[in-house]
Amino acid sequence: MERILDKSSIDEVLKVYPARRDSLVRLLQAMQSKFGYLSEEVMLAVADYLNLSPSSVYSVATFYAQFKFKPAGRHCIKVCYGTACHVKGAGKVLTELERKLGIKKGETTPDREYTLETEACFGSCALAPLVMIDSEFYGRVTPDSAPDLIGGD
Amino acid sequence: MGLNSLRKESIHEWNEVLNPSRPQIFVGMSTCGEASGVVAVNKAIQDGLEEHGIDAVVNKTGCLGICYCEPLVDIIKPGKPRISYRSVEKTNVPGLLKDYILDDNPRPDLALGAWGQEFKGIPDLFELDFMKFQVRIALRNAGVINPENFSHYLARGGYQGFEKALDMDPEEIIAEIEKAGLRGRGGAGFPTGMKWKLCRKSRNFPKYLICNADEGDPGAFMDRSLLESDPHSVLEGMLIGAYAIGCSRGFIYIRAEYPLAIKRLKIALEHMKRHHLLGENILGSGFSFDIEIREGAGAFVCGEETALMKSIEGQRGTPYSRPPFPAQAGLWGKPTNINNVETWANVPVILEKGAGWFNRHGTEKSKGTKTFALAGKVNNTGLIEVPMGMTLEKIVYAIGGGVCDGKELKAVQTGGPAGGCLPLAKLGLTVDYESLAEAGSIMGSGGMIVLDEDDSMLETARYFLAFIQEESCGKCVPCRTGTRQMLAILDTFIKGRGKPQDIETLLSLGDSIKKTSLCGLGQAAPNPVLTTINYFRGEYEKGINPKLLRAKAHQ
Repeated sequence: MERILDKSSIDEVLKVYPARRDSLVRLLQAMQSKFGYLSEEVMLAVADYLNLSPSSVYSVATFYAQFKFKPAGRHCIKVCYGTACHVKGAGKVLTELERKLGIKKGETTPDREYTLETEACFGSCALAPLVMIDSEFYGRVTPDSAPDLIGGD
Repeated sequence: MGLNSLRKESIHEWNEVLNPSRPQIFVGMSTCGEASGVVAVNKAIQDGLEEHGIDAVVNKTGCLGICYCEPLVDIIKPGKPRISYRSVEKTNVPGLLKDYILDDNPRPDLALGAWGQEFKGIPDLFELDFMKFQVRIALRNAGVINPENFSHYLARGGYQGFEKALDMDPEEIIAEIEKAGLRGRGGAGFPTGMKWKLCRKSRNFPKYLICNADEGDPGAFMDRSLLESDPHSVLEGMLIGAYAIGCSRGFIYIRAEYPLAIKRLKIALEHMKRHHLLGENILGSGFSFDIEIREGAGAFVCGEETALMKSIEGQRGTPYSRPPFPAQAGLWGKPTNINNVETWANVPVILEKGAGWFNRHGTEKSKGTKTFALAGKVNNTGLIEVPMGMTLEKIVYAIGGGVCDGKELKAVQTGGPAGGCLPLAKLGLTVDYESLAEAGSIMGSGGMIVLDEDDSMLETARYFLAFIQEESCGKCVPCRTGTRQMLAILDTFIKGRGKPQDIETLLSLGDSIKKTSLCGLGQAAPNPVLTTINYFRGEYEKGINPKLLRAKAHQ
């Protein structure tokens, strides 16, 4: 795995929030948004900064579904799995995307281009089924149209 | 130091929008709009205006709730009513701009409705079936104003409730909320005034205030829509609550999955700071209060109030048993008052217009209105706000336009994963806290999913139970292992291998989980299974292994 992190870029994120316990979740969020995932190195640095044991940082990080511990792909595809999407066929959309990408949900393509995930609910139920790619939303996706969302490039 | 002069200017600005000297265009820019392609439509509008040399103001607005017609674009021409255009595509835009703005043809073929009147063959928007049964209190500004423009909110009566509150005794404010009969819109329906009173009584300082915007129920989007469309209504409610209770610091705990709502909240908080509505000595009253945004990190259980507070403290979001209630010892052990987004949005209007105005709507025990996210197999999907006590039938058929593709309605699922499935026969049920609970479901936060004849109730129950099972925090045994056992048994029925006695096992397991779980999540987890057994037992019986049935018959 490539080591993209250097100490100074971690420190830069740390100083955004005060060294208090209630900064923990926010710091982990800030780290993940900067580095894409939480590496051991990052979590140790957060523990050190907040004067917490590494295990308490890890226990909080693993509690929340948002945190990833492996680098994600360049693009993140999230299939909404809310109730409305479920009854309108999100399962078939997910299967199609899994087929096209050759990976299962929660996995990243070997070229690290795409990560495929499901999301509890984006709250745009009227446009179900919904797929989010990076920060763009796509509504009324069908199993046929889903593969087209993943562009050629 | 008040807002009077600013309000005067704002009203002037708003009048220029309603009775403009040059055309005003409103583009519905909420997440629903974005998902249906409004960004491209917005670009086409900008290009079209330039191409035709039209001088017009383009505003963004929130969500009118008419999601099935997104993207929505409104045009107001000088001396003409506001006209909403439905399902606007970028290819229609140049023609529409030219035909209506330049050639005065309002294109009834593309229009949805004109605001407040019929206009040249276009029906009155508020007389459409989807709109005419609604009473919009919490959603009073949604889809009407630009949520990023402070003047619009102010001009529509914004912060009048708060200014009025500043002239009142805190006890008087709480009495007014009690008189209004406002109950928690997050689902449990606890009387808001009583909650405030309990927290106010505590002599332990500082006190905290929380807005619960962790709308985790799949299939629910009331809070997202409200925050994206009218963030100030929620923030003003929080200000009033903080003043009445005596809180010095407030938090909005919001799902990270709602980026647009977070962005608009941040903008609104900036407005408040700029106009002395936040920080030290607000409007010169001596009252000081600050609000921070905390983003959730993807844990459904954090919508439960004790778990939510743990999460704000930077801990694992696991609930703890009450008492002590948050009003006694909440965040960092201090008295804390938590209300849901929609509850907060109702508060300013109650102060502004009075409890008597508010409690005209609703039933004896459930006052006011409730927003619902109407979705699933229903023709008119969207966000609605109706007086408490309306029947499910009226919501699904009169407002929702019935089931898609002419299919038969099978059930309406209310209350999210903790709710239940109500069958066709229960459609006469009125929607209020008591009747829904009696039927085995709950009001919940307001998700309402319509299921048709093709939907398997077993699959539906499984969907919710699997969701809860995955989201169970694992702290208490009944929820952690009980939901897992229920799911395993349910799966045997889905595969047609159920044991005849296991329907009873599910019922007794569900009953134990309800009675013994630590928090609301576990206590409600069996509901989807229990209600489907209650109303659709036949589907479970079909899932029994036929060999076992024969064996039983031979015994």
